[in-house]
Amino acid sequence: MKTEMAAIEIRNLTYKYQNAEAPVLQNLNLTIEKGEFALVSGPSGCGKTTLCRCLNGLIPHFYGGELEGEIFVDGLNVRETPPAKLASHVGLIFQNPENQLFSFNVERDVAFGLENLGVPPEEIRRRVDWSLELVGISDLKDRAPWELSGGQQQKAAIACVLAMQPSIIVFDEPTSFLDPLTARGIFDVIAKLRRKLDLTVVVVEHRLEALAAHASRLILMDHGKIILNGEPRKILAEAAERLSLKVGIPSVILLHRRLSKLGILEGLTPLTTSEMAAQLRGVLNRD
Amino acid sequence: MIRLEDVGYVYPGGVEALRGVSLTIGERSSLAIMGRSGAGKTTLIKHLNGLLKPTSGRVTVDGVDTRKATVAKLSRKVGIVFQNPDHQLFAETVEDEVAFPLKNFGFPQDEIKARTEWVLELFNLTRYRKHSPLTLSGGEKKRVAMASIVSWKPKYLVLDEPTLGQDRENKLRLRELFEEFMEEGRTIIMVTHDVEFAAECGFDVALLVDGKVSALGSAREILSNVELLKKASLAAPQMAELFLELEGVEAQPVFTVEEAERLILSRLMSGSGRP
Repeated sequence: MKTEMAAIEIRNLTYKYQNAEAPVLQNLNLTIEKGEFALVSGPSGCGKTTLCRCLNGLIPHFYGGELEGEIFVDGLNVRETPPAKLASHVGLIFQNPENQLFSFNVERDVAFGLENLGVPPEEIRRRVDWSLELVGISDLKDRAPWELSGGQQQKAAIACVLAMQPSIIVFDEPTSFLDPLTARGIFDVIAKLRRKLDLTVVVVEHRLEALAAHASRLILMDHGKIILNGEPRKILAEAAERLSLKVGIPSVILLHRRLSKLGILEGLTPLTTSEMAAQLRGVLNRD
Repeated sequence: MIRLEDVGYVYPGGVEALRGVSLTIGERSSLAIMGRSGAGKTTLIKHLNGLLKPTSGRVTVDGVDTRKATVAKLSRKVGIVFQNPDHQLFAETVEDEVAFPLKNFGFPQDEIKARTEWVLELFNLTRYRKHSPLTLSGGEKKRVAMASIVSWKPKYLVLDEPTLGQDRENKLRLRELFEEFMEEGRTIIMVTHDVEFAAECGFDVALLVDGKVSALGSAREILSNVELLKKASLAAPQMAELFLELEGVEAQPVFTVEEAERLILSRLMSGSGRP
């Protein structure tokens, strides 16, 4: 049964892994609208990865455990929907690309999901080429995944999910294995795809400096709960005040905060170096 | 001292991953190996404990040619934490995982207990001691992998992407550990994309481009050189980028928020604020 609702809707979610003493998610509520770019962050162990696993049905269908509350993704009740069906609605990119690749060459890996869905061969070819091109690894399509570096592997994993053209893509620290400039390229691609294809994007990341400017929303978690949720600029300003050990606050924001306290700057919290540079120019050029 | 002399490595499939790498890594030193994905960084560190033997050239650890020693023997001195913790973790519980190498190296029982406690606490893992490593998140698994190598205090600690999935607090702990290890005369070698972390730790930086060392110097020197960084697909630390944007290539290298604040204040005081 599919009903018209937000892209992701979570109500009173509490989840405990099998044999664990304490729940890792506690009474969590979250609504993400269609077309949003939600960035999720928080200290290691706060439940970010567990939340991602709830969105594509790995929890509870694979991990078991005790789940209370409701999770709706693209209108589907995750608890009642088989993972195979969920796969064409929501794609998940893991922290570790090796968990996602298994074929003898990249092209076959990217085609695999589409073959399973019974997509016609011509369309498969088109979509495989398209997604490899998007992540910039067309030249690697004949290579075996184990011959690739970590970064190249993650790009192949992203291509696999892109090829399925789901309406929601969840990225669990997708740039962990990528060098910074390549990571920026990937984030630009994600942002572009989201606009072009009307995707809903959820990205879990520690490095906020590369992503905060892309996101429509920032969600901060701690101890299995959402502690801050809102417009990235506002949330980061607040987090810089009291959460700087738990969340990697971009250094432009820390600098801005110091200079604001000294009465030197009074503009908005900057999300990028360019925004910060513009404010500083204003002050340094003043006579 | 670890010496790499004109090291070349070709994978069995024919991919040439290292093309004449020469490096000397002294005692009590700290080196960050940086570069784009596929530059050969992981291949290089696999040479440090003999896991890979050079196709050409030679690697010596404290004078011993890695071709002439077993990996088991070299590992006592050179402990490597790989990028992907799933390649390393296998025990039933976090505690067993950490204690395993200590048992293997024949540490006495009370020493095993003390060291296990120490690393579990250090890596913020005490509450997971009875959990299976496989139920943990990526960042937590990474810390288990690090704990199980740090516990035996190798003379050369080699870490592939140690800050992967780590929050600020864990990064600070890692930095303190590095300082402690170096004071004890140990050497830290890390492969990392985390320019901010490399800059704040003040490691030397070897930039790897296409299987060759294209630059070697202090973090300050290398991480402020935009041309070099571009070749290696790295971005300068955010503070350095900010000043590059404000003042162009003539900008003074600035790495930390504190330095940036001082510089801006001094510009304002002296009235020479023109960027």
